[in-house]
Amino acid sequence: MESKTISRRDLLKSTGILVVSFSFFGPVAKVLAQGDGLSVDGMDPTVLDSWMAISKDGTVTVFTGKVELGTGVVTALAQIVAEELDVRFDKVFMDSGDTDKAVDQGVTAAARTVERGGVQLRQAAAAARQELLKLAAARLDARPDMLTVTDGVVSVVGNASRKISYGDLLGGKRFNVKISATGNGWDMKVAPQVPAKDPKDYKIVGKSIPRVDLPEKFTGEFVYSQDVSVPGMLHGRVVRPATSLSMPSDVDESSIKNIPGIVKVVREGSFVGVVAETEWAAIQAARALKVTWSEPTLKMPSGPEEVFDYLKNTKSFKDNVVTNRGNLDAAFSQAHKVMEATYYWPFQLHGMMGPPCAVADVRGDKATIWAGTQGPFRTRDAIATMLKIPPKNVHLLYREGSGSYGRLECDDTAEDAALMSRAVGKPVRVQWMREDEHAWDPKGPAQYTTVRAGVDAQGNVIAWDFMDRSFPWTASEGNPLLASSQIGLKPTTAGFLNGAGGGGQIYTFENQKVLAADIPWVQKGDWPLRTSNLRAPGDLARVFASESFVDEIASSQGVDPVQFRLKYLTSDKRITEVLTATVKKAGWTDRPSPVPASSGTKVSGRGVATANRANTMTAAVAEIELDKSTGEVTVKKITLAHDCGLIVNPDGLKNQIEGNIIQGVSRALLEEVQFDASGQKNLDWDSYPVIRFDQVPDIDIVLINRPEMQPLGGGEPSIVPVTAAIGNAIFDATGARLRRTPFTPQRVLAALKA
Amino acid sequence: MAQISLNVNGKARVVDADSSTPLLYVLRDNLGLHGPRFGCGLGQCGACTVIMEGKSVRSCTIPTSAAQNKRIITLEGLGSVAHPHPLQKAFIDEQAAQCGYCMNGMIMAAKVLLDKNPHPSVAEIKHGLNGNLCRCGSHLRVIRAVQRAANSGVKA
Repeated sequence: MESKTISRRDLLKSTGILVVSFSFFGPVAKVLAQGDGLSVDGMDPTVLDSWMAISKDGTVTVFTGKVELGTGVVTALAQIVAEELDVRFDKVFMDSGDTDKAVDQGVTAAARTVERGGVQLRQAAAAARQELLKLAAARLDARPDMLTVTDGVVSVVGNASRKISYGDLLGGKRFNVKISATGNGWDMKVAPQVPAKDPKDYKIVGKSIPRVDLPEKFTGEFVYSQDVSVPGMLHGRVVRPATSLSMPSDVDESSIKNIPGIVKVVREGSFVGVVAETEWAAIQAARALKVTWSEPTLKMPSGPEEVFDYLKNTKSFKDNVVTNRGNLDAAFSQAHKVMEATYYWPFQLHGMMGPPCAVADVRGDKATIWAGTQGPFRTRDAIATMLKIPPKNVHLLYREGSGSYGRLECDDTAEDAALMSRAVGKPVRVQWMREDEHAWDPKGPAQYTTVRAGVDAQGNVIAWDFMDRSFPWTASEGNPLLASSQIGLKPTTAGFLNGAGGGGQIYTFENQKVLAADIPWVQKGDWPLRTSNLRAPGDLARVFASESFVDEIASSQGVDPVQFRLKYLTSDKRITEVLTATVKKAGWTDRPSPVPASSGTKVSGRGVATANRANTMTAAVAEIELDKSTGEVTVKKITLAHDCGLIVNPDGLKNQIEGNIIQGVSRALLEEVQFDASGQKNLDWDSYPVIRFDQVPDIDIVLINRPEMQPLGGGEPSIVPVTAAIGNAIFDATGARLRRTPFTPQRVLAALKA
Repeated sequence: MAQISLNVNGKARVVDADSSTPLLYVLRDNLGLHGPRFGCGLGQCGACTVIMEGKSVRSCTIPTSAAQNKRIITLEGLGSVAHPHPLQKAFIDEQAAQCGYCMNGMIMAAKVLLDKNPHPSVAEIKHGLNGNLCRCGSHLRVIRAVQRAANSGVKA
């Protein structure tokens, strides 16, 4: 049989279901119960065998709880392991996101996968290499320090004929070795004492190795969560109107009696779904089913203005003080000039291209789920809680969805599918329709941000008082998702802080306070305004505020925006260097902003912004053109420098930065969720647009590599400065300051008139 | 349900389906062809694009009955990992994707574009693909991939 995947468990015996084991870099392979002799303990991180296995042909299978979200991160993890083990990259197979096989390394999110998961895997691989050298030393009758490894073959230094391969050393057998592992998830420290390879010796890390998952994605052969199909599978669709949910007062099943192939209308609590034999029957039935909803107890706000007023006026339940230096009151009272501004950020969608999809097969007190969740273990536990079965009875197998930018930390479809499968006793595939996803996407929260600065007579900023008021994430980090909530599970947390970065703490002001306030929001998130982590959570809005405001101060003094910033960027040379690298690449010349008003209707401008997200430094220059008669903004070019410590895969990183920039331009120019008392209004791509080809700017990227540092996050920091840079460019071009996004033509025209 | 004759990727196929079923679901569920993808079901994003009688078609919006006996090409019909079409190879060489979900639409639309205009300018590529949405922001790489395919001299 195929030795490319290693069977680990007697899954056939325990569940009676043929489990298809998916090897990330190999074809889908059927795994038989007998496997090739390997069976492994539970996901105990102190057991080396929990992390990897080596088969006779030298293939290294890595078991990881980290998952590929479309950013190439699992390729980067494979590079790290191959490097540390001294094996060829194409000998590493990543078995990713299977709760019966993997160590729970925490969710894949926050651009922390390489930084945390990568270091964990590196150390596990270093421990494995150490163990293999011990075995080789015994076999070759040499000390471990006399040995060297190339391409998975251990040999004696100076006597290459005395050699033995990893495959021959271990091939198919367990390491049977314990390693140190303390802490959980992201904070797990794995084998920290084992020395890892010196980065100067890196041959694989640091190279632009092509992503092994991409070819299949270009030919239709890749199996996304949307493509999972199991024998006997039925199709489910959910019925949820785009407003606060309520208990149905009537469900008229006769309204769908003419649709052939309906299996069941599933009702549980306020959950309503339809299961059918074909996908089209399920879609038609979900649309045609006549449901009378009772009046919701939770009233939708009348619109965004009401939400901003609420954010402004409602007492926070937690004030997260990030920086508090000096004596603000005294400084403001002494200031020669006080400036103040308020900035507004709307609810925004993650905007997944492929609405989420999951397949669930619930049989009695056992369940198998195929889903695109960023947190396989978290979703497994949520399903177990919802179905009231033990977590060990739930087997979740990760199947990549479309890019979700944080949305799939909340995998609603896994729960929907589990409920419906339980109701019909067969596997059910649930795919959300476009209007389901637009309405029920747990949104990036609205934010209301105020900044106040005190300036002395010489123009020095002596006081900085920044306050961001944001909703927390009501949906992710443990609160019940939609289906769970609809069958009666209650929230347990007020929600997770929407971050606290980007409030100007990169600058050193004598008297400085940066505060991120959590404003209470509805935790029982059965409405479209449920919230969660959206790429670089909270930082875009805060950097929009802080970097616009810094620009406003600089402009008021007639000082070039970059020179002004450099004066206060004194705490960390890395951010100074990233800013200077960006402006150099962009050909920035010193001058104050705005440019003198020109007479034509088409004007151009440039803006700069800089940010630190999770210790990755970025700076962006935006060059725009603006049509004063229509208010239309065209972003011509974005230049961005990026410092994320050690770069694992330069082209992979560039790919991510381009994506972040383009998504950032989209969010800055186009995107806001619209709603009123009747519900959410924009439910498709016409009404909530995202950027198109004709709006995409040119992009210039400068990568700064620091091999002496750990690898830091690359999946999201580069989206952070983009909005502020564009806003500052609009100001530069017109003298009009926009403090609310998106920068729609209407808002631009209104600002020009003001 | 009815028996419907289709011509998909050069093969005659017969499916048993409700003739009003959008072609997308028949291709995916009845024929197991996962190249075309569900993105919106509204004809807005292009993820479901197939080529029908040489024209690009949003398979989520046309009933299977309208596809009867027409020549349909899906992504699988262009090539495979083992034997990629020059367009697919160009996308691989440019690493022109992030999550990859929109790529069916990009490649099929690019094929139709290059069939008509073998050497498009950047502006023509942008215009030709402007109806295809990508949330990850792979646009610039897609443009480079289409240019690469065009420059390879092989008419796609």
